[in-house]
Amino acid sequence: MGKPIEVSDDNFDQVVLQSDKPVLVDFWAAWCGPCRMVAPIVEELAEEYEGRVTVAKVDVDQNRKTASRYGVMSIPTLLIFKNGAPVSNIVGFRPKADLKRSLDAVLE
Amino acid sequence: MTDEREYDVVIIGGGPAGLSAGLYAARARLRSLLVERAAPGGLIVNAGLVENYPGFPQGINGLELAELMSQQATKFGLETLTAEVTSLELRGEQKVITTTEGNLVAKAVIIASGSDRVKLGVPGEEEFTGRGVSYCAICDGALFQDMPVAVVGGGNAAINEALDLSKFASRVTVIHRRAELRATRILQERALAHPKIAFRWNTVVEAIEGKDMVERLRLRDVSSGEKSTLEVSGVFIAIGFRPNTGYLQGVLSLDSAGAIITNEKMETDVPGIFAAGDIRSGSIRQVVSAAGDGAVAATQAERYIRG
Repeated sequence: MGKPIEVSDDNFDQVVLQSDKPVLVDFWAAWCGPCRMVAPIVEELAEEYEGRVTVAKVDVDQNRKTASRYGVMSIPTLLIFKNGAPVSNIVGFRPKADLKRSLDAVLE
Repeated sequence: MTDEREYDVVIIGGGPAGLSAGLYAARARLRSLLVERAAPGGLIVNAGLVENYPGFPQGINGLELAELMSQQATKFGLETLTAEVTSLELRGEQKVITTTEGNLVAKAVIIASGSDRVKLGVPGEEEFTGRGVSYCAICDGALFQDMPVAVVGGGNAAINEALDLSKFASRVTVIHRRAELRATRILQERALAHPKIAFRWNTVVEAIEGKDMVERLRLRDVSSGEKSTLEVSGVFIAIGFRPNTGYLQGVLSLDSAGAIITNEKMETDVPGIFAAGDIRSGSIRQVVSAAGDGAVAATQAERYIRG
């Protein structure tokens, strides 16, 4: 339905790495103010890119393994995965237009 | 210009100064719009517990305070737009504000677009941003559980970050280029007495190094010239703030630091353009003063518009 999927340490490989579409992963935590600023933008992207990009969210508080596996030491961090590997790394709050540009580049 | 939305007052920036200005402008029944590039709140969403805003004796979470301020302003009719302002120009007495989401025309403008963290400007800083270099301890502190970290700076932001990081990190080293702190005394007392917080005085960071992640800092003692290294997994940079006035070059008078010069009515040197909060030259950069500035600016904007 064009909504971000909550992903955990347990199903990250299946949902993100084995996806046949590019995946935008939002690493976030409840205590992080800028993450709450990014969240509504990520939701809009999930809707706008439905069918072309999977949008996932990883709560780093509950899923430390996945966060450290990709060296996420600042949140919000957005990683774009393609064919099982991260291809784009966006740290901190960025305007929606910037994020769209990154997604469009990966989709080309 | 075909598509322009018209307002009495456009407020640029949605931190405490802008939200307070919006509250006053909306209650004055001015047609008011607040433009913010992210969600409302500004820097206080990164502040953790705000202990010095009157009325909250137990302190209040910065994010929560921002949400409450936003609710209060919109309740009285403040409109909001999520967009980045790219320029501000004069067309006679009208002010034309260009944003990433279209153009706006206003009789008065209140500039409250605040400030952002200053970067250190040393090798490794850009490269390791998000990989150990951070500008927000509240966001990232918990990711450094049981790891050694450093904080660069000696003001309120730096000492607040050091105290916050001490909850997670194995050791916090504050690196400060002077021999004493600038932070509020109560924060200094807490940090200086904290068993996990150590200080490197008269010291600057020359480089941030590592392989995939930050591993060490190259330091230099500015009084002796002696160089050393410090093993850390994270470095939090809190050396100051820079006013977000890039889009205002040539429009208004700025001071040498790029902050907007105003008088006690929050008037700039352009009639009908006001400034409030951290972006103002001489601001003490507190939530309470930003809110006060916003109230003054909106009240003066009303007088400017209605005469």
